[in-house]
Amino acid sequence: MGRAGKLAVALAALIAGTLSVSADPPEKLVPCLACHGADGQSEIENVPSLGAQPAPYSVIQLFLFREKMRVVEPMNEMAKELSDGDLQTMADALAALPPPKPPADPGDPARLDRARALTEQNHCNICHRPDFSGQESVPRLAGQREDYLLKALRDYKSGARKGYDPAMIEVVQLLADSQLVEFAYYLAHFR
Amino acid sequence: MRTILSRSRTLLLAALAGGLAAAAPVAAQQSPAGPATAPAPVATPAPAATPAPSPATPAPAAQAPAAAPAPAAAAAAPAAPPPWMQGAPDNPAVANIAPVFPPPIPTAADKLPQAKLKLPANFHIEVYQSGVANARSLRVSDKGTVFVSSRVLGNVYAIVDKNGKREVKTLAKGLNSPNGIALHSGTLYIAEINKISKIDNIEAQLDNPPTPTVIYDDLPNDAPHGWKFLTVGPDNKLYFNIGAPCNICMPPPTHAQIRRIDLDGKNAEVVARGVRQIVGMDFNPTSKVLYFTENQRDWLSEDQPNDKLNRLLHPGRDNFGYPYCHGGDIEDPQFGWGHSCDEFVKPVAQLGPHSAPLGMRFYTGKMFPAQYHNTIFIARHGSWNKTHKIGGDVVVVHLNPDGTFKSMEPFITGFLVDNKYLGRPVDMEWLKDGSMLLSDDYNGAVYRITYGPQRVSMGR
Repeated sequence: MGRAGKLAVALAALIAGTLSVSADPPEKLVPCLACHGADGQSEIENVPSLGAQPAPYSVIQLFLFREKMRVVEPMNEMAKELSDGDLQTMADALAALPPPKPPADPGDPARLDRARALTEQNHCNICHRPDFSGQESVPRLAGQREDYLLKALRDYKSGARKGYDPAMIEVVQLLADSQLVEFAYYLAHFR
Repeated sequence: MRTILSRSRTLLLAALAGGLAAAAPVAAQQSPAGPATAPAPVATPAPAATPAPSPATPAPAAQAPAAAPAPAAAAAAPAAPPPWMQGAPDNPAVANIAPVFPPPIPTAADKLPQAKLKLPANFHIEVYQSGVANARSLRVSDKGTVFVSSRVLGNVYAIVDKNGKREVKTLAKGLNSPNGIALHSGTLYIAEINKISKIDNIEAQLDNPPTPTVIYDDLPNDAPHGWKFLTVGPDNKLYFNIGAPCNICMPPPTHAQIRRIDLDGKNAEVVARGVRQIVGMDFNPTSKVLYFTENQRDWLSEDQPNDKLNRLLHPGRDNFGYPYCHGGDIEDPQFGWGHSCDEFVKPVAQLGPHSAPLGMRFYTGKMFPAQYHNTIFIARHGSWNKTHKIGGDVVVVHLNPDGTFKSMEPFITGFLVDNKYLGRPVDMEWLKDGSMLLSDDYNGAVYRITYGPQRVSMGR
C-alpha cells in the first residue's frame, strides 16, 4: 500500500472510531474508561488501550488486580470490590469497544520490516494471531500504546509482572532489551 | 490412540555404569545404556466396554497428514530462529495454537460437563464439589477430608464433609504456585515454586489453619515449570521435581530433576536427572518403584515428541534425556548433536505428542473390577501446542508383572469437543470406598467416579 493509501485508511479508521462509540458501557466500567479511553483508546502514558481486548484475557487481568496477584496500585484499588460477575460484564464490554488505532505516523518502513521478521522468528504471530488481534486469554497487541507494550515486556522479563501463566516469561527470557524495544515499536504501529 | 500404543515400547533396563560427579551438569556424563532390547510394539485393541474416542479426538494417524502445515507457505526464510524455538513452525497457518489458560473463576455447578463425559460400562461420574477454583492436586485423609491444591491462584483448599454436607475451606492463599501437596501422618506438606512447607495436625486446624512452616527452601525461583508435584515415598521421604526453566534450553544443574528430602527437609538428594517437567508421580504398590509422567518440549512438530510415562529404577543414576533426547526416541535438533537417545533411560510408555499427562495413580482399591487392580490411571490434561488437540481424558495403563508396559486404553473421554476443552483433568485420588476423585482445573471442580450396576450416590 502506498503512503496515500495508508493515510486514507488511517483517516477512515479515525472517522470510524469517533462515530462508533458504542452503547452505554456498564456502570462499573465508566470510571475505568476515564483513563483507558471511552473509545477503547488510551491517551495516557503507560495506561493500556483496552478496546476489542478478548474477554477471557480481561477477566484474568481484572481477577489478578482484585486478588493483588498483579500489583498496580490504582488498579488493585479499583478492582477490590468487584464480583466475579462484574469481571465478566466489564470484560465483555471492553471486548465490544472498537480496537485501538495505530499512530497516524506509519513509522519507519525499514525498521518495521526488520521488527516484523523478529516477531515471526519468535512466533508472536502464532498465539497472538497474524493480525495481533489476540485470542481467548492471549491479548490483542495491534495498535497498543508503544510505552505500555515495552513496559509489559520488560516487566515480564524482569519478573516484576508474574503473569497468570509463565508462558510470556518463558518467551521473553532469552530476548535482549533492544529486541523488546523493536517489538513494542512494531506492534504499536501494526496496521 | 492405537497409533500411540503401537509406538510404545518396553522399557530398556539400561545398565547405567558408575556414579556421577555431583557438581558438573550430569547429563552429558551419563554412560551409554546397555544393549537395547528390540522395541516391542504393543497393539492393544480397545476392550468392548471402552467408549470409542470422541470424534473430536481423531487418532493421530488420521490427523498427521491433515495437521501438517504446507511447508511451501513458509517461503520467506529470515535469519535462523533462536535455539529455543528451533523447529517451531514458520507458518502463520497454525495461528490457532496458543496455551489454554484456566479461567480464574470456577464454573457454576449447573454448567459442569460431567453428563457429556464417556466412561466404560457401569462406571458413573458425578460432581463431588464445584467452586474449587483451579483445582489441581488431590489428597484424601483417613477421615475423608479432601485436600486440593491450585497452581495459578495460589490457594490450598480442603473439602470437608459435615453431616453429609460438603463445604470448601481455603486453608492458604497467596502462595507461589502451590501445585504440590502431600499428606503423611496427619501432616499436610505444600510444595510451592521456591519452598516446601508443612502444617502438622492439619485435620484439627481446618477452621483456623496456621501459616505453613517452611522445611526446605534451597530451590530456584523460576516461574516456567517451577510448579511441583509432591509425594511421600515408601522410604518416608518427600519426592518432588524441579522442572526445566524454559521450553528447550540447557538447564542449570539445579533444574530438570527429581529431588528427595527427609520429612524435616534435611538430606536433599537428586534422584533423577534429565526430566523436563513432571506433574504426576506414584510408587508402584508391588515393586515400590517410582513411576512418573513427563511432559516433553513444544514446537518440535505437530506429532513429536511423545510425552512419557517413566520409572526410576536407579535412584541417583538415571537420566531421562532432556534436553538431548525427547520422547525416548527423538534427538533434539539443537542439543541432540553428539548424543543418542540410547544414552538415556527409555520410557515405560509413550503417551501421545503434547498430550500433557499430569496426575497418575496406581489403583489399589476394591470398588473397580479386578482388571484395574494395580493399573495406572493417568489424567492427560490435553495438548495446546498442536493444531488438532489431543488428550483431555483419563487413560489406564496396564503393566506386565515386571513393571513394563502391557497396554493402554481410554477410561474417561469427552472433555475435548470440536478442538475445544469442556474441562481439563489434572489429578486423581481414591476415597476409602475405592471410588475415584478427579480434579479439573479448567472448571474448578472435583468429580467422583464409581463402579457398580447402579449409580452409587453420596447423597447429594
